[in-house]
Parts: sequence; structure tokens; C-alpha cells
Amino acid sequence: MVTVTLPPGSAALLAREIAGRVPDPELPMLTLADLGVLRDVEIGPDGASVTATLTPTYSGCPAMAEMRAGVDRSLREAGFADVHIRTQLDPPWTTDWITPDGRRKLADNGIAPPGPAPKPRSGPVPLVLSPTRASVPCPHCGNPDTEETSRFGATSCTAQRRCPACLEPFPHLKEI
Amino acid sequence: MEQTLSDDHVYLSLAEGHEEDGEARWAFGTGFTDPLHGVDTAVPAGIDRAELAACCLALGDDALVSAQRLAQWCTLAPELEEELALANIGLDLLGQARLLYARAGQVDGTDRDEDAYAYFRDPAEFRNVRLAELPNGDFAFSIARLLILSAWRLAVFERLAGTADPVLAAVAAKGIKELTYHREYAADWVVRLGDGTEESHRRLQRGLDEVAPYLDELFADGPESGSLADPASLRDEVTAVLRQVAEAAGVELAEAAAPGSGRDGAHTEHLAPLLDELQGLARAHPEATW
Repeated sequence: MVTVTLPPGSAALLAREIAGRVPDPELPMLTLADLGVLRDVEIGPDGASVTATLTPTYSGCPAMAEMRAGVDRSLREAGFADVHIRTQLDPPWTTDWITPDGRRKLADNGIAPPGPAPKPRSGPVPLVLSPTRASVPCPHCGNPDTEETSRFGATSCTAQRRCPACLEPFPHLKEI
Repeated sequence: MEQTLSDDHVYLSLAEGHEEDGEARWAFGTGFTDPLHGVDTAVPAGIDRAELAACCLALGDDALVSAQRLAQWCTLAPELEEELALANIGLDLLGQARLLYARAGQVDGTDRDEDAYAYFRDPAEFRNVRLAELPNGDFAFSIARLLILSAWRLAVFERLAGTADPVLAAVAAKGIKELTYHREYAADWVVRLGDGTEESHRRLQRGLDEVAPYLDELFADGPESGSLADPASLRDEVTAVLRQVAEAAGVELAEAAAPGSGRDGAHTEHLAPLLDELQGLARAHPEATW
């Protein structure tokens, strides 16, 4: 194991780079930085301790413990001995935090990226009894008109759709 | 701080010997993954701790009992897609329950963890509303219940998102997004069943008639009322949503009353067998981890 002795500025960059590269356990084509789950990485005033801040995607997301452990392990393997993982619940995670790079990787892997999340509003959330997003393009053939086959997919964060043009089924990351 | 350190040590000792082979991530049991791990859990001055704990416990119990009923649809739902949907909704609620139990244990002075609340309390100590514990019935009954519980919980969480305790407010703000989606799913199905065949319409109407007696309980003064902004408007707001869906589905919302409340620990005969199944393993092997 190496010991990191870098000026605080570059140590912070290194730590951010390492923590940001940890893959999401359920969507391994995405890193935690792509997903927007990694909110912050800070080096403590002592110049040695590192604190990474994560925001969970869904309250019951079973991958959260593994994400924490993955960041912890990667930073320790890179030589940071004093690692702390903070969980930030507020503001809640939104799919708007997925980076452009993350969206491209999703589409490349056959998962339709989310559209813009519904805007937070004051007052009661109105109930819409019709599809909330008119068009989700097919990640395989680009056909703009696809059908929802199930509002829930194999993970908390996806719905199932089907393309009537190329007939491929595909998951769609739900906007939240 | 001490809690954070001891969690880290537990992880490191379990992962020992697996640092090089990349298998350290499998060194996980259920015994130490505190859902509020790493969250700033200070309680602001001026908050009534007993009231906050009772609120978290009641809403946690609603979520845990609902999650258990939803999970019981696994292998039994009419289609694989609906099985996934109901299980996913249950998973969201289970996540909410874990956060709420963890918060309850921090503020009620007992320092209990989530497992102590979920596995080691008897039925009379549970504070969930009775609607959550009723047996699943057929798909139409479960969908009617899901619509009512998710519309009600969403309205409660909207009020809690502005509450004084930052942890409860954050759990509620997160839950709003999830519950909005649950409510839409249930509302879509209510319209499909109500506006579907004669048989699906008949079953949905029967389901709505069966849940009607348990509606009053949702709007009575309870442990959560003190933490809600404008609790008096809750009933009107939820009823308006239910009417909107019922109208689109062509069904009636019945009025009936079943006196009593699960919030006082007075449950139906259905909660004890549900908890037997939920708690059996943990009680047979206390402190066991996998």
C-alpha cells in the first residue's frame, strides 16, 4: 500500500477522481460520478483524511451499502488511510444529476436515458391519469415513438418499454 | 462519531483477507448497515423528541406492514410485470421504514436499531393503520388499497417535507418522488379495472367497498398530526384525488366506518399472523446475521 503525500489541492483531485470511478453496482456501465450519486469529496484540514458524500437514489435501493463500501475500499486502496463516507439525504437525488457522459453510456448500453425530471412545485402533486412523458426514443434504432410495457423494471430506477419499429424491448431510466 | 468508527471497523474486520481478490464487497451481513449511516443526526433544539419518535414509528410501521403485504404478491400476481411493480413499491416502502425506524431509535432515548422495531415488538406495540394490515384479497382489493394508502401517504409526506426535524423532512422529501409514482401506478390500474370488463369492474367496486370502513382512521388525530402542516386539509385533499380516479374509473367511493384505530395498538386479527411470518426467523435466531 502506498501512502499519499500530496499537496491538499491535488490530493482532493486525486480522491475525487478515484471515488468518481467506482461503478454503480446495478448499472455497472455508469460510475458514481456519472450517476450524480457522488456529491462531494473533501480532504480534511489535516491534509490526510478524506470525506466522500453520497446521496442515495431510492430510499430502499439495496445498492447503497455496496456503493459506500466501494468508495471506501477504492480510496483506501489508493492510499488514503482515513476515509469517511457521509450520506446526504437532502436535496434528494434526481435523474437530472446524471451527467451527459452518463446519458450517452446508458444509451450505448441499450437503456433509454431519462428526460427532464418533473419540476418541484409548491402545493399538492397533481395526479395525471395519462403517460407523463410523450416520447422516449428507442436506444437501439432511434425510433421516437415507443410503448411502455411496465411501469417498473428489473431495478427500482427503470421502467420497461418496447419499440414497435425494431421490436426490441428496453429499459428506461425513470425521471424522478 | 463513535458510531461511524465502529461501523468502519466492523466492515474492515469482515473484509479482512479479501482486500486483494476484490471479494471484500461480499463481506456484508444485515447486522450493521445502519440506514442513517453517515447522516448528520443531531436533533434541533425545541423539538419534542417523544412526539417526533411516535411520528416516525407510526409512519415506519405503515410502511413495513405495507411492504410485507406487497411482497406476499410475489409468485401470485396476475402478470410478471405487476409482480415486479408491487415488489418494487414494497422495496421503496421498506427503505422508508428503515430510515424512519433508525430515526425513531435516535430520538426516543432507547437507542434501538431498525431490527429492534421490526422484529422484536408484539402486535399491540405496532402503530400502523389497520388498512395496511388487511389481507391482500384479490388484485382489485390490493390495488384499491394501494391507491388509498399511497395518495394519503403522499399528502402526509408533502406536509412533513417542511417539518422542523431535518432528518424526517429529508426522508419525506425523498419519499414524495417515490409515492407520486406509486399513486400513479395504482390510479392507472384502478381506471383499467373499473373501465375494463364487467368482472374487473365488479371486483374493483367490491374492493373499494371493503376498504371504505378504514378510511376514517387515516384522518383521525394521530402521532403524526403534530408534525404536519395544516392537518385539517388532509382529508379534503386526499378525497379529491380519490374522487378524480373513481370518476375516471366509473366506480363509487362508499362511506362506512369501523371504529377503532391501529394507531392505538388496536389491530385486526390479521396483524399477528403477518408479524409471525415477518419476525419468525429473527426471533428464532436473535442477533444472527447472514
